[in-house]
Amino acid sequence: MSFAFKDDRAEKDIFVARAILASFVVVVLLLVLAGRMMFLQVSQHELYATKSENNRVQLKTVAPIRGLIFDRNGVLLAENLPSHSLTLVPERIKNIDKTLALIDTLVGLTEDEIRGFKKQVSQYRRPYEAIPLKYQLNEDQIAKLMVNAYFMPGVQVEAELMRHYPFGEELAHVLGYVGQINEKEKKRLDPIQYKATRHMGKIGVERYYEEVLHGKVGYQKVETNAQGRILNVLERQAPIPGHNLVLNIDVRLQHEAMKAFEGRRGSLVAMDPKTGGILAMVSSPSFDPNLFVNGISYKAYNGLRDSLDKPLFDRATRGQYPPGSTMKPFIGLGFLDAGVTNWQEEISDPGFYMLENDERVYRDWKRTGHGEHIDLRHAIIQSCDTYFYEMAFRTGIDKLQPFLQQFGFGQNTAFDVGNALPGLLPTREWKKRYRNRAWYAGDTLNLGLGQGFMLVTPLQLATATNVYAAKGQWQRAKLVQYVNNELLLEEEKPADVQIRNPQDWDKMNRAMEGVIKHYLGTAKGLQRDLKYTIAGKTGTAQIVGIKQNELYDSKALQERQRDHALFMTFAPVEDPQISVAVVVENGESAGGTAAPIARKVMDMYLNTPVTEGLTYGR
Amino acid sequence: MAGDFIRQLDDSGMGRGKSIFERLRLDGIMLGLLLLLSITGLFVLYSASGQNMTMVYRQMTYLALGFFIMLVIAQFHPRWFQLAAPWMYGVGIIALILVLLVGVGAKGAQRWLSVFGVFRFQPSEIMKLAVPLMVAWFMASRLMPPTFKTIAQALLLIFIPTLLVMKQPDLGTSLLIAASGIFVLLFAGLSSRWIMLALLVVLSVAPMMWYGVMHDYQKQRVLTFLDPESDPLGSGWNIIQSKTAIGSGGLEGKGWQQGTQSQLEFLPERHTDFIIAVFAEEQGFIGVFMLLLLYMLIVMRGIYMAAKARDSFSRLVGGSLIVTFFIYVFVNIGMVSGILPVVGVPLALISYGGTSIVTLMAAFGVLMSVYMHRKL
Repeated sequence: MSFAFKDDRAEKDIFVARAILASFVVVVLLLVLAGRMMFLQVSQHELYATKSENNRVQLKTVAPIRGLIFDRNGVLLAENLPSHSLTLVPERIKNIDKTLALIDTLVGLTEDEIRGFKKQVSQYRRPYEAIPLKYQLNEDQIAKLMVNAYFMPGVQVEAELMRHYPFGEELAHVLGYVGQINEKEKKRLDPIQYKATRHMGKIGVERYYEEVLHGKVGYQKVETNAQGRILNVLERQAPIPGHNLVLNIDVRLQHEAMKAFEGRRGSLVAMDPKTGGILAMVSSPSFDPNLFVNGISYKAYNGLRDSLDKPLFDRATRGQYPPGSTMKPFIGLGFLDAGVTNWQEEISDPGFYMLENDERVYRDWKRTGHGEHIDLRHAIIQSCDTYFYEMAFRTGIDKLQPFLQQFGFGQNTAFDVGNALPGLLPTREWKKRYRNRAWYAGDTLNLGLGQGFMLVTPLQLATATNVYAAKGQWQRAKLVQYVNNELLLEEEKPADVQIRNPQDWDKMNRAMEGVIKHYLGTAKGLQRDLKYTIAGKTGTAQIVGIKQNELYDSKALQERQRDHALFMTFAPVEDPQISVAVVVENGESAGGTAAPIARKVMDMYLNTPVTEGLTYGR
Repeated sequence: MAGDFIRQLDDSGMGRGKSIFERLRLDGIMLGLLLLLSITGLFVLYSASGQNMTMVYRQMTYLALGFFIMLVIAQFHPRWFQLAAPWMYGVGIIALILVLLVGVGAKGAQRWLSVFGVFRFQPSEIMKLAVPLMVAWFMASRLMPPTFKTIAQALLLIFIPTLLVMKQPDLGTSLLIAASGIFVLLFAGLSSRWIMLALLVVLSVAPMMWYGVMHDYQKQRVLTFLDPESDPLGSGWNIIQSKTAIGSGGLEGKGWQQGTQSQLEFLPERHTDFIIAVFAEEQGFIGVFMLLLLYMLIVMRGIYMAAKARDSFSRLVGGSLIVTFFIYVFVNIGMVSGILPVVGVPLALISYGGTSIVTLMAAFGVLMSVYMHRKL
């Protein structure tokens, strides 16, 4: 114990002094806090207000509605149907495999669906983005999923619009189809416009007019919580739907032609000579484009790919055939234009033709020949080869080739047909370059018959026929007539075909009428019950070779060795409204197989009122 | 002694009866300020919890319990505290040792002691009261200002519980317990030379703490405090979001229940340690300033009450408790606004949670007692 007394007064004084000091420190520290708060809330307010807003508000994109596609009579060809799909948000699912197993027991999942889903999960994507697992759920499946929704957090049934093609395989090659956007396409596409879009046109009109059909993306400003869940839509900019397309296609003709092929391999293209509008474009056999919209199964795809009939191959725009005698009206005009002959000159046809200093015999298709008095008219009606050998020899490649080129052979002149092939119109330079041989006179003779190196697609042949029917006035082949009710106009077209004597158009027309009317005409079978006038020309094309892999089936092989049958035609002759080119693979007889198909399509177009033809379908 | 006598004459000689507050041994001004703070807190909690009335009711229960405890403690004469101090301290030390041996806890920290599996409590909470009481008891029996020996002995009394709590580990609480003891020394007249020396020691010990004593999660907190952006989605998330909440509140705030940071759950621990961020977001700087003012009034009144106490022990205990209360507030607001590292300190009487309320109200009970029993 200390001897000093505790001095309460002194101790209290010390305390009071310290208390004043403490109060001072407290005030200073409070001022520090107030200063800090002022700094954050007043000086830095803008910064943090922005941060807070960015936390809260997110921009969600909304996919536009894809434009519809109609035929020339207003029949809907491609529509958007509501469809329910099952989507998963992986971030919200604890055990994905367990969830998938549960879904499998509820509604069933295929290997393809699971594989496709897992692939999408592994790819780069935005967090909390829903990934589709199963499409086109039926009501039963939706009900089962909804009832069990509680056990499957992160699993949603979403309604969306799905492309549907009511005419299925009839228009598969024309319209093409939409399919899911893949990684490669994603890089190429506008990342903003396609942010919410899952499908894009893969081939056909859907692909060619993708930009027009797609529309403009919309967005929603949404308020989300820290877990990314949408709580509130703050602002909405509606997407702008894609433009509707009206095609030149007349679905009645398409249907009629498809029916007429009876499953045979071949193609038909019908066009309007006044506009170049493609009235029908058929490639047979075909496939159901609806299979591709949500990803076709491997099995179904392999079946289509490996079919000997090649249903996936678009013969109309990519099938390249030797045109054969369908070239004769064009070449005949070329002879007249070159001045090597006239309508009066007659030659004698012994059934073959020979060049001087050449041992090779160029045979006429008719071994016995067409007689002593073959003029140009009969050379067309009877399709006399000897006449064309002689005149082709006289004209020569240097005049013949440029003349044919005016009709668009050897080039793709189509206005809006994607992927169309150019065919082949051989020249001296071409042969030198690709065959490493000089151009021989015999090559010219073959070209004079539409044989040899020359190749055309059905679309090209139809286009050339169309230009011919319009007496040389060019119209490029067009699938689309109106975009969003505005007429689609060609910007530039090839120069019109000029011939020395314009009366030759009519004279050639009369000769081509003879092909049907004359008793010696190669397509005289068409004359029966004809209510309008037809001009046309048959053609057969020899099969150049047989591919190695087609040697298995001897029956199929026999059938596949036959000549292709071709027919080009237009009607009515005095005021052409429709021109048609038909190729029937291994059809053998042009007058017997190809020409009747063309006739059916023309009957439908010229004789049947629009309303009558529309009663079928759907 | 003479002073006391005269004061007694003064107080009782006015001839008027005792007021209700005097009867209850409560200071009316302090009681009013505490009620105002608590009610404000309930409104903030209602918004911060996402309009969770259950939570608000529970908090009201805690507050009622707290005020009741304050009332009960206020009835005791300060000399009872003086008698109880060594016992309380001793029991607390034993409890802390038990925590380290058989305590329960979560996230790698043992802070709770389970009593026969019936209820659990945190012995460190006892120490928040026991340490200042003990140091005050010790100092009251010594001459003031203290000698070096006295200081050394007092420091020993402080550091034993501090180290035990630090071992749990609970760095924040241990530092606050140490502070509450040191405040007693400061009020007892610790000379400024010693204060300077202590600061030097702290500065030199800090690196040793870093490498020797601190756990990884504690180091992480300090690192995050120094640079929250280094780990924006991990440990920096809290502080970035709380600063964003505070800053976006601006001068006037977004309005009650309108704070997007808190209502949309961007702000973590929004109804507990980070509740001031909710308040700041919704009430703006004006609201924050008013709240700071309220805390200042409480602290000033508390210091005044301590200064008026009857003896050294009472003054030292009261002064230490009220300044410790302020330190809680300062550390909490400082950490939420990003000027202090994140330590688990709730905002006094506003954050949701019963433990902190009960401990604080018990401290206010002691303060009430030393003030209301001044004129014996």
